Amino acid sequence: MKIPVHFAMTAIALTITASASTVSARDLVKIDGSSTVFPITEAMAEEFQKAERGKTMVTVGISGTGGGFKKFCRGETDIADASRPIKESEITLCRENKVAYIELPIALDALTVVVNPKNDWVNHLTVEELKKAWEPEAQDTVNNWNQIRSSFPDRPLKLFGAGTDSGTYDYFVEAIVEGKSSRGDFTASEDDNVLVQGVTNDLNAMGFFGLAYYEENKDKLKAVPISWKGGKPVGPSVEHAKNATYQPLSRPIFVYVNKDAVNKKPHVKRFIEFYLNNDNAQTLVREVGYVPLPSKAYTMALNKFTKGLTGTVFHGAEVGVGIEELLARVPQ
Amino acid sequence: MVNAEMSQATLPNLTGIVDANRRTDLVMAGIGISVLIVAMSLLAAVVIDLIVGGWPRLINPDFYLNFPSRHPLQAGIVSAWVGTILVMLVTAGIAIPLGVGAGVYLEEYAARNWITDFIEINVSNLAGVPSIIYGLLALGLFIHGFGLGETILTAGLVLALLILPVIIVSTREAIRGIPLDLREAAYGLGADKWQTVRLYVLPAARSGILTGTIVGLARAIGEAAPVITIGALTFIAFLPPSPIQSSPPFINFEWLESPFTIMPIQMFNWVSRPQAEFHINAAAAGVILMLMTLAMNGIAIWLRYHLRRQIR
Repeated sequence: MKIPVHFAMTAIALTITASASTVSARDLVKIDGSSTVFPITEAMAEEFQKAERGKTMVTVGISGTGGGFKKFCRGETDIADASRPIKESEITLCRENKVAYIELPIALDALTVVVNPKNDWVNHLTVEELKKAWEPEAQDTVNNWNQIRSSFPDRPLKLFGAGTDSGTYDYFVEAIVEGKSSRGDFTASEDDNVLVQGVTNDLNAMGFFGLAYYEENKDKLKAVPISWKGGKPVGPSVEHAKNATYQPLSRPIFVYVNKDAVNKKPHVKRFIEFYLNNDNAQTLVREVGYVPLPSKAYTMALNKFTKGLTGTVFHGAEVGVGIEELLARVPQ
Repeated sequence: MVNAEMSQATLPNLTGIVDANRRTDLVMAGIGISVLIVAMSLLAAVVIDLIVGGWPRLINPDFYLNFPSRHPLQAGIVSAWVGTILVMLVTAGIAIPLGVGAGVYLEEYAARNWITDFIEINVSNLAGVPSIIYGLLALGLFIHGFGLGETILTAGLVLALLILPVIIVSTREAIRGIPLDLREAAYGLGADKWQTVRLYVLPAARSGILTGTIVGLARAIGEAAPVITIGALTFIAFLPPSPIQSSPPFINFEWLESPFTIMPIQMFNWVSRPQAEFHINAAAAGVILMLMTLAMNGIAIWLRYHLRRQIR
């Protein structure tokens, strides 16, 4: 009995020794938060670690925007990924724990409203029509396409949307319903691929999610142009998000940086400088399916970071105001 | 005489009963085989689907040696499989001694009273508690209470808690299966209780205990929910420090405090990505996770085989 046990243990130990390298005395940047922002931060972390030649380690978790802020405001992480601005309760939590943060928009996402590709009656929707379908009062009463617009056919309406814990849901509800919550009787999933499947397989479906999921599944979905405040309907695209014509559903996404960490850990500072570098941002953000900010916005954000301006300008900001205009404001 | 007459009279009847029983046997065997076929083909469908889906990545050695990446074709599972092995080492190291010890105590030493009954009921109930509850417990107790952080040690602890009931129950079943004669023989030779348990009962029960341990560890290796709850990371492009070093004392425990990721979490992340290429990676990682489970079971079955031979 002794020999086999010993042999097995040695085999396991050898595997580990062979594969593991030492991490001692390397610097760590801890990031957690939104799964929407994750692909961008992952790309940045990957390239940053290469640029630092293994001197610095970056870890990225996906606890969701809310979960990320909880850890961030307890001082457990250096950076929080967020797909919406910080909330009042989170501001309070950060203040209680004396965590001062710098708010940095890092990209845009165009929330895309989609229908089944065989759907031949929708060529655009207005924000008011979307509101009719999604507002809390619609629960159990608006169940048919012809209740959204009388010219639509008499067909049941099936709704698919992001999970209520996500920043994506929060932003959609704020922009469309102008409240804190939508109706509850829709198919919600944290996994956007589930929503893609749902809309693809149901002629009567309507759903929403980030642009990247639409772009990867263009052949299986139909994106709906949105008309806002009586304007011309605009379809979701990189260009329309960048020139701020796709409103109100193009939204900035953020990282929040712990100011203390920036002062004490030079590698956290180097990581953010790498993140906001215009060349890095323009290529990497685009590569993972998101919309880069205009170049000027990255310069402004970097400037704000260098000055160490803490607080938020995006919390409570009105929908549809340009990034540059917001970045120029003094944080609260 | 009377007996012979009776058997004469009932003989044709008996043949009928035998025939009927044979028919029932045949039908039961048929049902059994078809149930088995349904179960096996469902399993085979899943496995084949994963292998076919993940094949392009499975045959690429880089997949096993690379860290996660935004490029699906360069992304690999090295941090995930190393993390899984290390977490399982901690889990086994904690759950086996604790579980076997608790099982031995409850079966051999505990007084038969209401406290023991209460403990027994609770141990059985714990086996049915959803794994996410263990994750929440670990988050509150290990991370915020003891300040252990989101480390390999914490993950090993929570998975050990999760499989503890399985190991306790199977240890007790194995011990209960040991014939009384063995104990009496030991007592007869003058052994005390601990000597009897250590030298006769436990060795004889080893293979049963090992079976329970395999079932427990196989459950732990695929668990994602409690490990996500305690905050395992998704992108991690470095490995924990090696447990073995070239200078004295040759073993270090720094790796216990290292951040980590595990295979199910890496799969979960890839499945939810928009690009279809990542879904191929997820399928390939699924095959590897199954192979890891199989390898672990293989080691245990091999151990059990050798232990059984030794007992004879």
